Amino acid sequence: MSTGLLDVHSLRQSFPRADGGEHLVLDGVELSLAQGQIVGLLGRTGSGKSTLLRLIAGLAQPSGGTVTYLGERVTGPAPGIAMVFQSFALFPWLTVLENVQLGLEALGLPDAEIRKRALAAIDLIGLDGYESAFPRELSGGMRQRVGFARALVVHPNILLMDEPFSALDVLTAETLRTDFLELWGEGKLPIKGVILVTHNIEEAVLLCDRILLFSTNPGRIISEIAVDLKQPRNRLDPRFRDLVEKIYVAMTARTPTPIGISDRPVATINTVLPRVSANLLAGLVETLAAAPYNGRADLPVLADELHLEIDDLFPVSDALQLLRLAETEGGDIKLTDIGKQFAELGTDDRKRLFQRQLLSYVPFAAHIRDVLQGRANHTAPKSRFFDELEDHMSTEDAELTLRAVIGWGRYAEVFAYDDDSGTFSLENPT
Amino acid sequence: MRVFVPISVGGWTRLFSRWDVLAILLILGLLVFLGEASRNLFEPLAELQRQPPSLDPRNLPEYAARTTLRILIAMMLSLVFTFTYATLAAKSRSAERLLVPLLDILQSVPILGFISVTVVFFMSLAPGRVLGAEFASIFAIFTSQAWNMAFSFYQSLRTVPVELEEATRNFRLSGWMRFWRLDVPFAIPQLIWNMMMSMSGSWFFVVASEAISVGNTTVTLPGIGSYIALAIEHRDLAAVIWAIGTMLVVILIYDQVLFRPLVAWADRFRFEQEPGVPAPQSWAFDVLRRSRIVERLRERVTALWRSSLRWRRSRKAPSGAPAQRAGRALALLFTVVVPVLAAAALWQVATFSMTGIALRDVGVAMLLGFATLARVVVLIAIASLIWVPIGVWVGTRPRAALFVQPVAQFLAAFPANLLFPIVVSGIVAWQLNPNIWLSPLMILGTQWYILFNVIAGAAAIPAELRAVAVNLRVRGWLWWRRIALPAVLPYYVTGAITASGGSWNASIVAEVASWGNEHLRAQGLGAYIAEQTDAGDFHRIVLGIAVMSLFVVVINRVFWRPLYRYAERKFRLG
Repeated sequence: MSTGLLDVHSLRQSFPRADGGEHLVLDGVELSLAQGQIVGLLGRTGSGKSTLLRLIAGLAQPSGGTVTYLGERVTGPAPGIAMVFQSFALFPWLTVLENVQLGLEALGLPDAEIRKRALAAIDLIGLDGYESAFPRELSGGMRQRVGFARALVVHPNILLMDEPFSALDVLTAETLRTDFLELWGEGKLPIKGVILVTHNIEEAVLLCDRILLFSTNPGRIISEIAVDLKQPRNRLDPRFRDLVEKIYVAMTARTPTPIGISDRPVATINTVLPRVSANLLAGLVETLAAAPYNGRADLPVLADELHLEIDDLFPVSDALQLLRLAETEGGDIKLTDIGKQFAELGTDDRKRLFQRQLLSYVPFAAHIRDVLQGRANHTAPKSRFFDELEDHMSTEDAELTLRAVIGWGRYAEVFAYDDDSGTFSLENPT
Repeated sequence: MRVFVPISVGGWTRLFSRWDVLAILLILGLLVFLGEASRNLFEPLAELQRQPPSLDPRNLPEYAARTTLRILIAMMLSLVFTFTYATLAAKSRSAERLLVPLLDILQSVPILGFISVTVVFFMSLAPGRVLGAEFASIFAIFTSQAWNMAFSFYQSLRTVPVELEEATRNFRLSGWMRFWRLDVPFAIPQLIWNMMMSMSGSWFFVVASEAISVGNTTVTLPGIGSYIALAIEHRDLAAVIWAIGTMLVVILIYDQVLFRPLVAWADRFRFEQEPGVPAPQSWAFDVLRRSRIVERLRERVTALWRSSLRWRRSRKAPSGAPAQRAGRALALLFTVVVPVLAAAALWQVATFSMTGIALRDVGVAMLLGFATLARVVVLIAIASLIWVPIGVWVGTRPRAALFVQPVAQFLAAFPANLLFPIVVSGIVAWQLNPNIWLSPLMILGTQWYILFNVIAGAAAIPAELRAVAVNLRVRGWLWWRRIALPAVLPYYVTGAITASGGSWNASIVAEVASWGNEHLRAQGLGAYIAEQTDAGDFHRIVLGIAVMSLFVVVINRVFWRPLYRYAERKFRLG
């Protein structure tokens, strides 16, 4: 292991599950941050990358493994590691200046020094003139600048960034990224290393020196990609595009299942289902079937055209694959024959086709129908299925999965669900 | 406009958890203990007869000032209680399990019945002195304010945004600093709102607690409440009207000088800034803000306060270990102390029910409880029939709402017991049946909660929904059934919970009334408690309070709480 700024060794995080087992969020994470580096953690929702960041920050304790910062083990919030939050996490009742001063007050510095350093940080980050403003008076971009200033003012060695640009609109985010890179490149920032969590592939390629790709459930590092492009990077540079494509391929590649390497994702009764509406599925199938894609599209291009982040796009493509309406290969998504057929059908026929796919390839949906058919009154309470799911996954995942199945089941008219009483039934209201 | 829910509606799916049972036991034990203690301490106090206040209206400003002072002192105590009790409940898992049900049950104890017990107890602490009676009065007011404030603060602490909490830890704020920088500011808007409600409620109790007779002991403290008691004794309607006038002025001043500025100030602490809602205004706040002297004073205080943050920091470096150790110590305390207390409470209650109480007494109290229950149900129904349509009408007309809303809040603050003599003198004059005509007094002061909550609910119906109704020509009964009533239901339930809880409490002073030497009495649990207080029978006082608390708790659990959850889930807009 290198002894850099920060070392993470076989880190593991899990939570107890309802049935007494454990729900694994992060597993076997190795990471090191050297001086002068920006490392990106890239993955989808549920890949545990934000959890990893909080473990590094000492905000949570790992179930196993170690985080070492400057040769010392991290057991609580460490001085010298500052964080920038996705939602800015500014105190709405404090002014810009007071927000920035907060970390310095906690250090117990004299008032004069607090003020001097806070003003310097505000100046550096381009917030001059806003000192007495309250966060609610600022635009999102300016608020995140306050977030940066507040983190930088304590002169941390490591800056942790938790999707800092994802709550901003495209233009603002770009400006802020550029400004940050400029300050970083000119060595004006007091920091020695950066860890950036993101689900935006282009952002990772634009900012990072190294990118770690995370799988989901549990979060593991599936691949590490070095970015050798010189700053400032150009999104239209062919080598930039190649890298983006390469990451898409890596992230949509099949992950090994316990049975072996399968070429298609197979849902079992304990698969966490993506919460995607049937309408969205139909929408993407139609888009893919029509020109210019004609049944096949490059995922980065598609994401760009539809203005979808990978967190929006991947669940849809996952669901399409589960239902065998589409498949991915080499960073492309391609409609299957059934998918093409689906695109051409009218509403009622679509529903029939969807019903067939749902019952064949989503065992949990078939299971619900079987249970309902097996009961004399053809009804069953939600808890009957929820408890079953909870034995295999976390409560939130169980809730999501159940919601997804209810949505699809309703669309396909396989079963009905009454939310007031929380009961499934075979009857549809007429 | 925000609404607050005066009962806990969170988490539990079971009707009663074992922690609830423990909480009930502890509170019952305390009641019995105080009752028993008071019984034994009772005699030496009989000589305490204070000079009765005079009916001269010129004394009223002084009396009003004293009454107000009592409320303000109680408010300070309530704040201290809130900051400690609720913080403990929110930060310690083991403490939380007991403290929250305890608070929930405490909210259901009728404070008015309690006053007699505490008066004797506190006066025994400072025998023969006015101070004891003052303590008792302030304590009574405190009990009418503290529970819902603590509850609101606890709920705020539990909902502090995760990222803000992480930010305070990431920047290594000390616990003390975090409390004042994050917890308190985050809770302030809700807390101020609850303080306002508490203050409104406590005018009622201050009036009732200033003139108390327990057996032969009469305790009178100079104040508006004792003034009105004297006026009743002398059948002096003019004096009653003087008192009412004074109270109107006092509440107006307190609203303009204390609460409007506080609400305007608290606005900066609101976490979510809904667009389009105008910031609350207060002329008094503007004056204060612009004043030089106040500004300089504020700077001094701020500087002092900031140095306190640093002082703590230098003494105690934040780190996980000590906090954990403190948590373990607390958990240990709870596993040892709570069972001991519970055993003591059980013993108290057991000996109490063995020796002092016959089964027949319990039956009588329960029966009377049902009589009062019938009254509360009928009154809430009538008040709803009157105020829901009016509230919806007002709420859907912003201009009318702007005017009516503060008036309704003002009326809620006005202590309705000041109006009792007028009604009672009417009943006496026309020889009406007290069983029916005394009842409306119970809801006189609390019906306004229904009105202003419904106004808030109706005002919150989005303009687009109303436009849809116009567009589809949804009118008449269909409009009420499909749009207005569902939209205001969560708000209505909130108001009705407060109104019903308040009515139970008010029954203790409303079911028995007198005008000079004419005594009116309605059959009910409230009258029972009041009469046992007059007789100085502490056993039956405690029994009455316990039975009434039981009624309130059970009704909250089996009726209001499920109804609130249902309304909240199904009809909450947005």
